[in-house]
Amino acid sequence: MHPAPSVILFTTLSGLGFGLLVWLGLGLPTVTGWVAFVFFAIAYALAVGGLLASTFHLGHPERALKAFTQWRSSWLSREAWASVAALTVMAVYGAGLVFFSAQWTVLGWLGAVLCLLTVYSTAMIYGQLKTVPRWKTPLTPALLLAISLAGGALLAGQITAALILLPIAAVLQVLWWVRGDTALRDSGTDMPSVTGLGHIGQVRAFEPPHTGTNYLLKEFVHVVGRKHSIKLRAIALVLGYAAPLLLLLLPVGHMIAALAILLHLAGIAASRWLFFAEAEHVVGLYYGKR
Amino acid sequence: MTTLPDQTDRKLGLVIDLDTCVGCHACVISCKGWNTENYGAPLSDQDPYGADPTGTFLNRVHSYEVQPDQGAAQLIHFPKSCLHCEDAPCVTVCPTGASYKRTEDGIVLVNETDCIGCGLCAWACPYGAREMDAAEGVMKKCTLCVDRIYNENLPEEDREPACVRTCPAGARHFGDLGDPDSDVSQLVAERGGMDLMPEQGTKPVNKYLPPRPKDRMNTAPTEKGGATPPVLKPVAHEAKGFIGWLDKALEKL
Repeated sequence: MHPAPSVILFTTLSGLGFGLLVWLGLGLPTVTGWVAFVFFAIAYALAVGGLLASTFHLGHPERALKAFTQWRSSWLSREAWASVAALTVMAVYGAGLVFFSAQWTVLGWLGAVLCLLTVYSTAMIYGQLKTVPRWKTPLTPALLLAISLAGGALLAGQITAALILLPIAAVLQVLWWVRGDTALRDSGTDMPSVTGLGHIGQVRAFEPPHTGTNYLLKEFVHVVGRKHSIKLRAIALVLGYAAPLLLLLLPVGHMIAALAILLHLAGIAASRWLFFAEAEHVVGLYYGKR
Repeated sequence: MTTLPDQTDRKLGLVIDLDTCVGCHACVISCKGWNTENYGAPLSDQDPYGADPTGTFLNRVHSYEVQPDQGAAQLIHFPKSCLHCEDAPCVTVCPTGASYKRTEDGIVLVNETDCIGCGLCAWACPYGAREMDAAEGVMKKCTLCVDRIYNENLPEEDREPACVRTCPAGARHFGDLGDPDSDVSQLVAERGGMDLMPEQGTKPVNKYLPPRPKDRMNTAPTEKGGATPPVLKPVAHEAKGFIGWLDKALEKL
């Protein structure tokens, strides 16, 4: 799949932003006044910034409101609803903390659940696609939720939680990669099934429909980004999970916390790049590619 | 609504004969011609006369080489467009309701004024049947020439999809695959019509007729008829007369 920068930015940043909002909603940490304002400003900048970035890849962003209509069937529509509901509830809850020093606990919990639902919906947009066997697994929402909660814990200063969640996310990440590497082969979709010609003999793509490229090849058959897969996986594991974990074991100050978060973000961005670049869409088989 | 209808009154679709398709791409051209001038946004081209031309097509013809265990390889031309699936995954993922499947005839269409161009339907389609138009920013797909098949301004023989109308080999057939007595359904039954990627669970309406077994070269004619007559035995084993003398004389030299 084509790793569009807008989508990588969106899923990385908004995942982190909603993760932070989950912790704030749970009252961990319990903050009020200006401190609460700063926490919520960071969370909203990440979550809303990510959502805005996601509209950059739309052909017609001016019609984006129509995306709220099909929540019965579409995960993308559900994501739109969940994100708006989460951001609205958390804004009210945040206003209570910032302006009235009041912690409306139930509202906070509701907001936290809605934030988790948002991340889950985002993950299911990918996790539902049978056409991309690497994504079609419950591990996809599990991984994205773990990353969001771990990153949120880092940002919220929940050191104990981060120390537990970062290794969990790292393990899910490795499992996701290992399963993904054989997912296309195990899916049962191959040259004989896409062409229906396997009963005659060995099928080979002889000639593509056109000499040039096309939308399908650009969107679904992205080979360049996979070249450095092993190196990028190492970078993602070290920066995204291992380095923040080690930094947390040091006496934590604001500088070290900031460094841990930046390294984590860079690592997750690398992981998200691979999430798209390594994903093979079955349509590539029609072109003898993957 | 992007929820799929429980069932459709008819299942209009195509039957594509991989045995007779000659790979001329006439269906590709007639499709592009009709659909760029009629339903919805035109099918744009980018850099059409330059070094790196691309464009939107609703129908593309692939070619595959199939190598049997024994004998010569076969070249099979393989036209591919929307299969108007009964369980169309492209429809249910659409967040805006722009993609829908019609209850009356099962045609899968895009309402282009509702399409936000997110591309998720193209991601969900295993067949590569949907292409985002680079100029218009909306998703384009085969409409089964919905603006021809019911069009009473056209002569009756033209009320079928442009690709079917134009195919010079008669490799494309159009009809109601939900009616077991229709010509297309009978053709499918007779020739063992197949689904592409059945494991994806899309239940495509369009069917493909597999290539029939090829004649074999250098086999004796049978009652059913072989490909070529048997190789004849040479009539003269030894040269006679002047040629015979010359042959022997030169041999002795």
